[in-house]
Amino acid sequence: MRKSRLKVIEKLMNTFFMVCGIAALAFVIIITAFLLVSGIPAIKEICFVKFICGEVWKPTAAEPMYGILPFISTSVFGTLGAIIIGVPIGVLSAIYIAKAAPKKCGTALKSAVELLAGIPSVVYGLVGMIVIVPFVREIFNIPDGANLFSAIIVLSIMILPSVISVSETAIKAVPKEYEEGSLALGATKTETTFKIVVPAAKSGIMTSVVLGIGRAIGEAMAVMMVSGNASNMPKLFGSVRFLTTAVASEMSYSSGLHRDALFSIALVLFIFILIINLILNFGIKEKKR
Amino acid sequence: MKKIAGVILTVSLILGVLVGCSEQQSSQVTETTPQQSTVSTDGSTSMEKVIGYLSEAYMEEKKDTKVTYNPTGSGAGIQAVSEGRCDIGLSSRDLKDEEKANLTGTVVAIDGIAVIVNNENPIENLSVEQIAKIYTGEISNWKEVGGDDQAIVLIGREAASGTRDGFESITKTTDKCKYTQELTSTGDVIQTVSSNPNAIGYASLASVKDSVKMIKVDNVSPSKETIQNGSYKIQRNFVLVTKTGSELSSAAKDFFEFATSSAADELIEKAGAIPVVR
Repeated sequence: MRKSRLKVIEKLMNTFFMVCGIAALAFVIIITAFLLVSGIPAIKEICFVKFICGEVWKPTAAEPMYGILPFISTSVFGTLGAIIIGVPIGVLSAIYIAKAAPKKCGTALKSAVELLAGIPSVVYGLVGMIVIVPFVREIFNIPDGANLFSAIIVLSIMILPSVISVSETAIKAVPKEYEEGSLALGATKTETTFKIVVPAAKSGIMTSVVLGIGRAIGEAMAVMMVSGNASNMPKLFGSVRFLTTAVASEMSYSSGLHRDALFSIALVLFIFILIINLILNFGIKEKKR
Repeated sequence: MKKIAGVILTVSLILGVLVGCSEQQSSQVTETTPQQSTVSTDGSTSMEKVIGYLSEAYMEEKKDTKVTYNPTGSGAGIQAVSEGRCDIGLSSRDLKDEEKANLTGTVVAIDGIAVIVNNENPIENLSVEQIAKIYTGEISNWKEVGGDDQAIVLIGREAASGTRDGFESITKTTDKCKYTQELTSTGDVIQTVSSNPNAIGYASLASVKDSVKMIKVDNVSPSKETIQNGSYKIQRNFVLVTKTGSELSSAAKDFFEFATSSAADELIEKAGAIPVVR
């Protein structure tokens, strides 16, 4: 009697968990379907080549132009810049926390990194707008500091937490024997770290870089506040607009084809992030092998 | 097989719970509606403050009426009222001729758009023509209009913003502005201009504080009087839009009359706009 009751409960719980699991999948499918359905009509209407390769974005003009090449290239260059600045700093501080730092110092640094990850992006944007933008303007003696460079600075700070924590885990996971072997052969600690530990943790560090790319390319709020937001082709010290900010800044007032085109931009962004996730998945699979 | 049956059972149970919820809710709604009538407004985000002050005061007086406001933008508001999805549409621009065919616009207040520069900027006065030339990039250095030898940084709002539409249509620079920064709120514009000595921007008169300097346009400084008598050029109307020929509900009609009466003047001023002269 009791056994069969338990069995029923077990079954019920099992199905309940399955429904929960399916919910996550359902949301992914719904969002994908929604983006495809609302994004494709505008691309068709504008013409795919004109949409992707057009250099002018003037959605409210008498003769509207819907070219998003400026946004795509800004997103690519902005993310690239953030990686170039953020990854070396992130990986080196991960090495310091994992290998070189005294225990107390390492713990303090780690909790600081965790705190950095928890700061809302609008706060990054605010600090960027009030501190970095005027600073960049004065240092480089340019009329306006809200440009691609400021956005890259803010983004490279924002990707630090994911780069540091994932790299650190990867470095810590390198078997101690590798290090001991290297040290026993007479290599110094620095040589061991950079020639043995880092190469051994390579795939983990690569994962952290890809995660950083994902974070940087998907960020909207912070870059909106520091990048100037004019739809120009990217110049390091020119006002630029990212894919994310293009959607976010105009969504509230837009209508008609303009609004549909914003959904199409979201679709393009979604495809970018999908590609990054695929790269990430392949990276992890390779590591398992 | 059993598993599938289990899934179906669970799903139907959950659905049953959900359906139960919605039934309860709808019965609650029907209980409360008879005592309360609703006036729905929909449209311009620039009018948020004005309509907020008006509806708050109105609801204080008439406890049984609820005034709702949906901030969608002028275009969407006009469309909503013409499709009958709201009682009163809100537009921060005058109706276009084709819209006038079946819609009526009533000016409820006037909004002055102030042209602002940094407090350090020596410029005091610009003509509408100069402002237009600055925003189209023809004039790109402050010294060309009597200021310091510094490049001009053009701050504006995002495409489809009501303030941008107002500014560009008044200065006749629609689609020609070469913005350095396109920001998404009035506050952002003011903050940016206040932190950059080379910047010029525009914002609703009411939102401008001492952190930036308002310049005179054609030797007229923006104020209540100069906007009401029309001598300050950069101004636009806040319009209540209703459907021509179709009767408003009694609650909506009452609110409309309240908003356009002289009793509303003080509220409109509190909200930072300029009341119309009757």
